Amino acid sequence: MSGRTPNQKAWWLVLPVVVLVAFNAVIPLMTVVNYSVQETFGDNQFFFEGVTWFEQILHSSRFHDALQRQLLFTAIILAIEIPLGVAIALAMPKRGAWASVCLVLMAMPLLIPWNVVGAMWNIFALPDIGLLGHSLNALGFDYNFTRQPFSAWSTLIAMDVWHWTSLVVLLAYAGLSSIPDAFYQAAKIDGASAWAVFRYIQLPKMKRVLMIAVLLRFMDSFMIYTEAIVLTGGGPGNATSLLSIDLVKIALGQFDLGPAAAMSLIYFLIILLLSWVFYAVMTRDEAH
Amino acid sequence: MRVGAAMKRIKWLVPALYIVFVLLPIYWLLNMSFKTTNEILGSFTLWPDHFTLENYRTILTDPTWYTGYLNSLAYVLMNTVISVSLALPAAYAFSRYRFMGDKHLFFWLLSNRMAPPAVFALPFFQLYSAIGLFDTHVAVALAHCLFNIPLAVWILEGFMSGVPKELDETAFVDGYPFWRFFIRIFIPTIAAGIGVAAFFCFMFSWVELLLAKTLTAVVAKPIAAVMTRTASTSGYELGLLAAAGALTIVPGAFVIYFVRNYIAKGFALGRV
Repeated sequence: MSGRTPNQKAWWLVLPVVVLVAFNAVIPLMTVVNYSVQETFGDNQFFFEGVTWFEQILHSSRFHDALQRQLLFTAIILAIEIPLGVAIALAMPKRGAWASVCLVLMAMPLLIPWNVVGAMWNIFALPDIGLLGHSLNALGFDYNFTRQPFSAWSTLIAMDVWHWTSLVVLLAYAGLSSIPDAFYQAAKIDGASAWAVFRYIQLPKMKRVLMIAVLLRFMDSFMIYTEAIVLTGGGPGNATSLLSIDLVKIALGQFDLGPAAAMSLIYFLIILLLSWVFYAVMTRDEAH
Repeated sequence: MRVGAAMKRIKWLVPALYIVFVLLPIYWLLNMSFKTTNEILGSFTLWPDHFTLENYRTILTDPTWYTGYLNSLAYVLMNTVISVSLALPAAYAFSRYRFMGDKHLFFWLLSNRMAPPAVFALPFFQLYSAIGLFDTHVAVALAHCLFNIPLAVWILEGFMSGVPKELDETAFVDGYPFWRFFIRIFIPTIAAGIGVAAFFCFMFSWVELLLAKTLTAVVAKPIAAVMTRTASTSGYELGLLAAAGALTIVPGAFVIYFVRNYIAKGFALGRV
């Protein structure tokens, strides 16, 4: 970003992108804002309601429960996927044919449509005909993800770890491969331990890509919908009703547009706020 | 030191075990796709007893099935072309020039990745119905630009910032007009970046289903929607669904194979 020349005409180069993204982002967002302050009884009749829906949602225990489940889910996902992804990237071959084989096989889950991911894990985990469910029960575990909340949560987390850890691996691997060999040779001459190499060479070099990894995994796990709805449908009961599942239940199931829109906006603002906090915390050191 | 040496020897186990974990559910899906629905529901077998290709034959010969794949491929390719070609000049502007509001604009673009699709599904339906694009491939291709254009700009900007500015300056001194320089010299220079950006656009458009399903009904129906419809109308044909699911992995596998040497690079560059 340094050494760029001031040129206001550059706006013409970004204009097409701005127009298209604004068309997709601003118009639907304004529609949501519009719904969020109105009440409708069908027939396209709308009545202004002000901030009623926002107050109602912020005080509803249903929203609080869904938000808590969501925060718990995202925290577990980050706590597992980030360290695991870094560990795998560190243990991977640095270059050569085996590195390519690893990357290609690991990238597979990333390219499978999300409903297929859900369906795949469903048939993989079914207690009677699924490999995972059948084996666990054969080993003496009482496992049934359609009935037990704990099983449902474990399955959901296992699915997300399966689906997305590879993204962290790819990012961490990219960060690692940008370290020149000279750094490692210097460390060897100094007799640095493996931990010291990790702490003072590899981790600082991976910092930027890890920040991207944490942000992407945070945003996407916070917005998880398709895979979860296909796997557990939010059940058993409401045990795995994460925020977006609950939101769609309100919007389409009960067709309460006002509350659903208000909830969407609160949801969006939470993601924006938390992403900003992550970003600010992680870039703080660089500013000094 | 001995412990360190032992750890080095078994280090390969970490990625190996992870790859086994990645492949197990995929294996189970393939296993089921070669079974009849009766065998799937009737017994638990690690290997198909009555190996059959019937499921795949149905999908590849029945137009209601295979047009689903063609529809998905159509909007994914359109989206990739639109996203990358519009992102190219924009990324160039962000990497070479300073202009009013450039930083804010960049973050605004990225913030669109944070909008949960579940929030936008209904307004998107209304918007695209209003402009008469409902149930067309173009509608899905345009809608997916919401998250793919910011991503493409982000990746391409990283690659472009790695190209020395002297290249541009020399070309302009030699009297190249801007667009001729851009298309004839600059684009070939960052070909790898375009490959990576195209890979990620393809990937995110191929796996996204909520918007794709919301914006289509009959003509442009994606394969995912065909799968859910079959699940509900013709009983629960697990073998057929498994085969359909297995086939959705194929395009992605091809794309990974072609860009395998660049995937990791795409992320190393680029800035937040």
